Amino acid sequence: MFGSVSPLEFLFGTSWQPTSVVARTFGSLPLLYGTMVVTSLAMIIAIPVGMTIAIYIAEVAQHVEKEILKPTIELIAGIPSVIFGFFALVTLASLIQQLTGTTSRLNALNGGIILAIMAIPTIVSLAEDAITSVPKEYREAAIALGATRWETIRSVVLPASASGILAAILLGFGRAIGETMAVLMATGNAAIINFNILDSVRTMTATIVIETPEVAFGSLHYQSLFALAIVLFAITFGFNYLGGVVLKRLRRQGR
Amino acid sequence: MNLKLLKQKIYFNFFRIVTAVVVAFLIYMIGTFVYNGIGVIDWTFLTDIPRRGMTEGGIFPAIVGTLYLTLATMAFALPIGIAAAIYLVEYAKEGRIVGAINSAIINLAGIPSVIFGLFGFGLFVVFMGLGTSILAGALTMSLLVLPIVIAATREALLSVPKSFREGSLALGATKWQTTRNNVLPYALPGMLTGIILAVARAAGETAPIITTAAFFFSPSIPTSPLQGTMALSTHIYYMATQHPNIGLVRPITYGTALVLLVMVLSLNLIAIIVRTRYRRRRNW
Repeated sequence: MFGSVSPLEFLFGTSWQPTSVVARTFGSLPLLYGTMVVTSLAMIIAIPVGMTIAIYIAEVAQHVEKEILKPTIELIAGIPSVIFGFFALVTLASLIQQLTGTTSRLNALNGGIILAIMAIPTIVSLAEDAITSVPKEYREAAIALGATRWETIRSVVLPASASGILAAILLGFGRAIGETMAVLMATGNAAIINFNILDSVRTMTATIVIETPEVAFGSLHYQSLFALAIVLFAITFGFNYLGGVVLKRLRRQGR
Repeated sequence: MNLKLLKQKIYFNFFRIVTAVVVAFLIYMIGTFVYNGIGVIDWTFLTDIPRRGMTEGGIFPAIVGTLYLTLATMAFALPIGIAAAIYLVEYAKEGRIVGAINSAIINLAGIPSVIFGLFGFGLFVVFMGLGTSILAGALTMSLLVLPIVIAATREALLSVPKSFREGSLALGATKWQTTRNNVLPYALPGMLTGIILAVARAAGETAPIITTAAFFFSPSIPTSPLQGTMALSTHIYYMATQHPNIGLVRPITYGTALVLLVMVLSLNLIAIIVRTRYRRRRNW
């Protein structure tokens, strides 16, 4: 593919019109932008919310609450993404439109919120594991020194589980970037860079799934989709690899 | 001191509220599907083909399609996945290669499903000439669930104590006899949990089927693995975004979504129950 389209144009071109009859362009920057905006919005929401729930389940909740909350969070992780997508398309989009008065009903914010909901289970279960694995002695020592439970959590438990929490965030990020159906149905899929979260964006994953069934085998367009997949793969692999490294180091420390 | 406790109370209550809001949001979400979908679902809806440009009738071809795709996927993924895990845990000597294979499996699990979709399209649909077909879709999805099956089987095998194997080997049993009689039976419930989760994943997966197996509409049940098919997940997507009259078919879309939701959630629930019981009953 890179015989016809320079790698620079592919990576930094701002126009993606692979099937245009006038002038075909293969600039993937708007797609990368779309992926990054939606994923970042999702993580801005999912990290604090996920952390809060993880702390609540691990440290605050009563035994019965815990027994209900943990499987519930797990069940959410099992809901197919097309279901989330349909909910975002119909219900959430209308809600956001009413609240903000935006003209493009399907937009980056809509995609970000639904993606956040989908990323929360990953972050909660990994972060909760990290918090629970902090040895009991740490807590007992802090309490013995007169700290309240909250002070113990904030100054002892959370710092001690920081790397596990980092792994949770990295792996959550990796999953969110690769998510397809929910984002495809929620964001409106316009390949433009507008720097407005209430405008429609188009992600890399959405582009691949929309364009693959219609592409001509072996064409420049076909090759450009594979190039897109390679970029996407590199990004998710990077996040997963980092998350894996953090987890492995944690285990080696013997906790 | 009282101030400190007050502060703690405020924080803890804040955490409780955030958790409650998220749980309430999810109940609301599932509620919209139950509320809007339950009225559509009846016997005809489940057993009839779509009629009048998919504005009436049922979703039978989609249900059967999802069933076929899932079964075919597991038919490929289970033997390969279980065999690979048995080899990695029981036979392979620990070392660089096994380490590399294990990390490859972990990374394979993190690859976005849409990349499998594109890969499956290139390899199975076009290059191997299978066309848009159940076979191509199942092969693609088997790659997708393979890491889940391997990881679950591996964990289950590793949780069986070493002494079980040593006892059997000391009595003169071969490696395979030991694995079959003294390891696999005890690992089975753990494997089952992972397998059920893999089935649920395959049943709900959408993107890789769009590119390899799915038809927007087909009036009949596929009779050969080389035919394409409708599926529940893709039916929701097509009805919600591609149908010429999206508003009119919305109830059908909700009904389809509810059927898929019930199917996948029950599978997940069964997996959780199996795992909890197994953990409780384990006495070594």
